[in-house]
Amino acid sequence: MADHPAQAVQVHALAHQFDDLDQQHEASNFGMWIFLATEIMFFGGMFAGYTIFRHEYFTSFAAGSHLLNWRIGATNTAVLICSSLTMALAVHAAQLGKRMQLVTFLILTIVLGLAFIGIKLTFEWSRDWNEYLVPGQLVLGHAFAPQGEILKQLQEAHASLPKVEMFMFFYFAMTGFHALHMVVGVGLLLALTIMAWQGRFSPQRFNPVEGIGLYWHFVDIVWIFLFPLLYLIGGIS
Amino acid sequence: MSGHIVPQKVYFTIFALLIGMTGLTTWVATQNFGRWNTVIALAIAICKATLVILFFMHVKYSSNLTRAAVVVGFFWLALLLTLTLSDILTRSWIPTPSSWQSSTSQVP
Amino acid sequence: MSTATIEPSLESRVHYLNVSYGIKSWLLTTDHKRIALLYLASITLMFFVGGAAAVLIRLHLIEPTGALVQPETYNKLFSMHGIIMVFFFLIPSIPATLGNFLVPMMVGARDLAFPRINLLSWYVYMVGALLTLSAILAGGVDTGWTFYPPYSSNYSQTHVILAALGVFIAGFSSILTGFNFIVTIHKMRAPGLTWFRLPLFIWALYATSIIQILGTPVVAITIALLGLERLFHVGIFDPKIGGDPILFQHLFWFYSHPAVYIMILPPMGVISELVTCFSRKRIFGYSFIAFSSLSIAVISFLVWGHHMFVSGQSVYAGLVFSVLSFLVAIPSAIKVFNWTATLYKGSISYDAPMLYAMGFIGLFTMGGVTGLFLASLAVDVHVHDTYFVIAHFHYIMVGGAVMAYLGGIHFWWPKITGRLYPDKWARFAALVIFIGFNLTFFPQYMLGYLGMPRRYAVYPAEFQVLNVMSSAGASILGVGYLIPLVYLIWSMRYGPVAGPNPWRAKGLEWETPSPPPTENFEETPVVTEEAYAYSTEEA
Repeated sequence: MADHPAQAVQVHALAHQFDDLDQQHEASNFGMWIFLATEIMFFGGMFAGYTIFRHEYFTSFAAGSHLLNWRIGATNTAVLICSSLTMALAVHAAQLGKRMQLVTFLILTIVLGLAFIGIKLTFEWSRDWNEYLVPGQLVLGHAFAPQGEILKQLQEAHASLPKVEMFMFFYFAMTGFHALHMVVGVGLLLALTIMAWQGRFSPQRFNPVEGIGLYWHFVDIVWIFLFPLLYLIGGIS
Repeated sequence: MSGHIVPQKVYFTIFALLIGMTGLTTWVATQNFGRWNTVIALAIAICKATLVILFFMHVKYSSNLTRAAVVVGFFWLALLLTLTLSDILTRSWIPTPSSWQSSTSQVP
Repeated sequence: MSTATIEPSLESRVHYLNVSYGIKSWLLTTDHKRIALLYLASITLMFFVGGAAAVLIRLHLIEPTGALVQPETYNKLFSMHGIIMVFFFLIPSIPATLGNFLVPMMVGARDLAFPRINLLSWYVYMVGALLTLSAILAGGVDTGWTFYPPYSSNYSQTHVILAALGVFIAGFSSILTGFNFIVTIHKMRAPGLTWFRLPLFIWALYATSIIQILGTPVVAITIALLGLERLFHVGIFDPKIGGDPILFQHLFWFYSHPAVYIMILPPMGVISELVTCFSRKRIFGYSFIAFSSLSIAVISFLVWGHHMFVSGQSVYAGLVFSVLSFLVAIPSAIKVFNWTATLYKGSISYDAPMLYAMGFIGLFTMGGVTGLFLASLAVDVHVHDTYFVIAHFHYIMVGGAVMAYLGGIHFWWPKITGRLYPDKWARFAALVIFIGFNLTFFPQYMLGYLGMPRRYAVYPAEFQVLNVMSSAGASILGVGYLIPLVYLIWSMRYGPVAGPNPWRAKGLEWETPSPPPTENFEETPVVTEEAYAYSTEEA
């Protein structure tokens, strides 16, 4: 059965519980969608809480939103959209068996993902930390305590500080879990890149690329909703 | 088998649309449409998500079973939001029989 | 009814139990049958740990002023009993043991779609279980299994985070199991096995898996948010900063109500299998039962507010949830009618699995109709948080789910182990369990209606007689559960050899040797007949 090298790859690629590669491919794809359904509900719990409190405390939420840098948010949105493009092109390359293209696009996706996280950490979260905008008593003595210009801005907007703190809690929780998913995604992509470099994928067997591609696009979709809902409340100037 | 192969051109077109809509949603946020701002922002986000799902995630070329899985996922989220909001939004509608209301009482 | 004289010795044939030996062959297995046994061992252990907490609770409640422990300890006992029984016994029980073992066999496959993820799910379960057990050893948690804030986030001095983390992690085990089943059932059915030829046990597990997929992530994020709130002293449930404790309840019960259907749908699937085999009849209303499983899965997500009628939830939302809760009873009732109609004019044999099945039908119905009392807004105001609720859910979970679980274990035991258990002891144990169960929990309906609150370490003296009855019943029930533990383990070594189909049952799993070979079937079966094709001549 294994006289032809391509066939050898095929035979080796079929897991024992499946009857043929088609069935394996469909199962793998469908399985990833089921997993994504669980992710919709996972993030959904936070979106539900967010919706309720934005409705109740719109003024404070808008004031909190104005504390965020929408330009950085928009830039990051563009970065993620680019990474979705490169991911889709990676799957395309895998479908056609183009190993170097696949590796290139995977690496580009990783770079863009790391850029997203880097921008977040450097320009957003570190600044929030320095301005005492991180909610709760993360570290004793560094509680939520907006000061100076920021405090004045909140007071002029008639915001209630505890409710602005709640907005910041949602901001950090939602972007935090999102970033966590991105880090996991980058890790998976690294593994994929190594496997692709080793020539482990072929047009007959590239399920992991497709599956992780679906995961990556999903993480992008979460951000597509997070950007307007967190950064653009109450308008920007 | 490799499934339907989407031409690269399609991906680049969708990419351009997504960037364009990001710009649009940012511009809309600079305008004052009152409560419509939120509606428009959500509508644009839904369009973007739909494009990613249909083209980047290949759902346009997928089986009905896959489409069912996608729809079910979002529909269930809608259930969570709707029924929870049904409590939040109606909590202040306290039913008081008219005979219990004095002339000075108010429904909160 | 065994073919012991024909079947060659168990060790002369290679099957999944003897194909390899050694601890690594078990801990690194990807064979769904071995993973099912790994789960069986862990779940049995957790059942007896949770049961020990129950024994202590019932001993304590013999005296109105509390006979055994301090109130703070009592709070920890009922919390640990609930957490362990719900998350570490009832939710995984049938899916992870019988489901893992039988799903591939019933659909004619060699294994589940993702065998390594199956093994991962067991390890995830074990990590969650070990974390929660450490929480117990470290001093326990006293918030109740429902973890309501602000007590759990702001005031409790017990190991909330550790226990909640264990539950959080165990949830992923549940998700992985459900995900595996859905893909397997959709994509790996044998040739000729159309949806409407599937055993109803598969329909039940499919519906269960849908709930696991869509519900569990919500409780995961809820517990995560609660943990963040407790750790960092900020959050969305604390009313002092404008948060809403009722929001926690919404998010918690959005999962936890469908979770009770995760706990009861697989047992209902088992009952469908038992009732047909032991009345030698086709199931009455196959498609009704199949669709009722799906309806239960869907409607179960629409009723969670009935846990919150008196919490401060809007009256109008309460109205909607009350109506929908009445609706969700209908598919369950349809099943009960159909099982009864299957029994009608059947050729009934009273083997132990059938005794459990009959016990289920009666006790589940009683538990179910008391659910309707609770779904009525006005009645619920009176009985919420009393022993009436406790009796209601124990009738369903213990009188229903645990009995069906035991019935299923007994039914498929010959297939799993290749051995028969001693029939007389099995029937005796079923009877002891039935008597012990009713003596334990029927008085609790009365206690609840008379006003005894739940989760209280002390109670008014006029309730003592009923409490003592309940505790007496609990001791009988405990003995009843120990008896199968003894004879089932005994049978693994000394029981008579079973043969492929000691019950003469219909189903693909019975068309392969007992115990089955690792790949389940010599060659992939082709299905040509409907499910439960029992003919009248066979009776």
